[in-house]
Amino acid sequence: MSEFLEYSLLGLLSGGVMALIALSFVLIYKGTGVVNFAVGEVMMLGAYLYYAGAVTFGLAPWLAFVISLVVIAMLAILVERAVLRPLSGQPAVAVLMATIGIASIVHGAVEAQWGGDTLSPPTLLPRTPVNLGEILIPGTVLGNFAVAAVLIGGFLAFFRYSRTGIALRATASDSVTAATLGININYSQRLTWVLSGVVGTVAGVLIASSAGLSPLLASAALSVFAAIILGGLDSILGAIVASLLIGWAESVAAGYLGGKSRDVVPYLVVLAILVVKPYGIFGTRTIERL
Amino acid sequence: MNHPATETTASSVAAAERGLALAVEGVDLRFGGIHALRGVSFSAAPGQITAVIGPNGAGKTSVFNTISGFYRPAAGRIKLGGDEITDVPVHARAARGLARTFQNIALFRGLTVLENIKLGGHHTMHAGVLAALAYSRSARSEEIALREEVERNVIDFLEIDHIRNQSIDALPYGLQKRVELARALAMRPRVLLLDEPVAGMNREETEDMARYILDVQEEWGVTVLLVEHDMGMVMDISSHVVVLNFGEVIAAGTPAEVRSHPRVIEAYLGAESAVAA
Repeated sequence: MSEFLEYSLLGLLSGGVMALIALSFVLIYKGTGVVNFAVGEVMMLGAYLYYAGAVTFGLAPWLAFVISLVVIAMLAILVERAVLRPLSGQPAVAVLMATIGIASIVHGAVEAQWGGDTLSPPTLLPRTPVNLGEILIPGTVLGNFAVAAVLIGGFLAFFRYSRTGIALRATASDSVTAATLGININYSQRLTWVLSGVVGTVAGVLIASSAGLSPLLASAALSVFAAIILGGLDSILGAIVASLLIGWAESVAAGYLGGKSRDVVPYLVVLAILVVKPYGIFGTRTIERL
Repeated sequence: MNHPATETTASSVAAAERGLALAVEGVDLRFGGIHALRGVSFSAAPGQITAVIGPNGAGKTSVFNTISGFYRPAAGRIKLGGDEITDVPVHARAARGLARTFQNIALFRGLTVLENIKLGGHHTMHAGVLAALAYSRSARSEEIALREEVERNVIDFLEIDHIRNQSIDALPYGLQKRVELARALAMRPRVLLLDEPVAGMNREETEDMARYILDVQEEWGVTVLLVEHDMGMVMDISSHVVVLNFGEVIAAGTPAEVRSHPRVIEAYLGAESAVAA
């Protein structure tokens, strides 16, 4: 029983960071309608920038972290302006291909610059493990979860209560009407990309500073796609719940069935749920007119 | 994002007596081979109700969309209070006092009535994280207080207090139309465009809406420009009527003048109109 509790707790905690990655994706899908396949690469690039700041330039970790956030935010603005805005109004597939292109450019650039070896950036959070009864929780796992929880809570409040957040929701649901109300659509979309980039970078730095950094980090976003589809592409709450669920399923599967099963079991869970709820747990049911 | 107009708007609490003149001058609009508007010119006098009527496909909605800024005319100008706004982006027109409602209700699903109405005042807020930080706290809270007062007034005025926290989706059609009007009024508009405000309404709902529009004009002094099919309603409340047919202005004047105009009678009753529809 305590074994099950331990796996469950560790799984749920690791689901927190996964929820951040999912949030990074859902923000863009909800705010601009773009399916962004570069989420994993943005996260990875953010983590490498953090590494460059903290190790190559020897800056204090927090300063390197802040700088990586700023650089990613600027890159997000650039990409939105130079690549995505000219593509607005084009078929969704064209935009999707553009994000895949961005992903592969980022991937190539990172490998060219830093190679494929695993690096270890300094930790941002204390490593002291925490004892919960018989369960020993690594300090970074708990810290990562705490950061993710605070950030996600902040985002939910931002979208629920702040004027800018409500304006972003309005833009997402009907940009034409939003414009007539005085909402600057270009500004909203730029802000969406910046927020998504920042959230992705936080996730990347958290993972890299606790588990090491290599170009493989980008593929962490893959299991998150399962969570996003499960949660419903356009639901922030759904992404969070599904991330926790998948984190839990991965951890329990790895605990009882061996490490390899963590790559399979979550997808079986997703498949089973999608058969019952094809739009995800919280997704909007859209009726396609044919 | 800095609108010089915002400060003056924020300091003048009274929303009344600020209707602006709206002028459409020689507007030409084409979609590929379709000549949607041909040199359309008319004006809406400040603080008055002006109606644009015409058979289906006459170009009424195209005129509205050009005034809103969705369409760029091939030729001609749009003037708001004497300033040319032809090249001003859609969202910046809101800050200049232009508000509108849509033929098909364009409320935000999933948001409550109050949230929808609050969005109407969005342009008066300094959006953006940096602007919010730079903007002084007291000025900000003053602005918020003013905004809330306007929202309260609008909600009382349109008698929708009882549904303020309900989701849009659950409301009947007539009420949704009223909420959309409320959102437009929360923008503290100086010119209000109403695209078929009573379309699909029954007699009673139509009369209610007509009364609200008249009250808006009388009490708030807003310039109203409306597109409408309901002739009875148009003739009752408008002081000036513009008739469009095939993208051209064929008549303009008081309701009585327009009603007896031969080209108007021909457009509505003649054989050609059946083809145009």
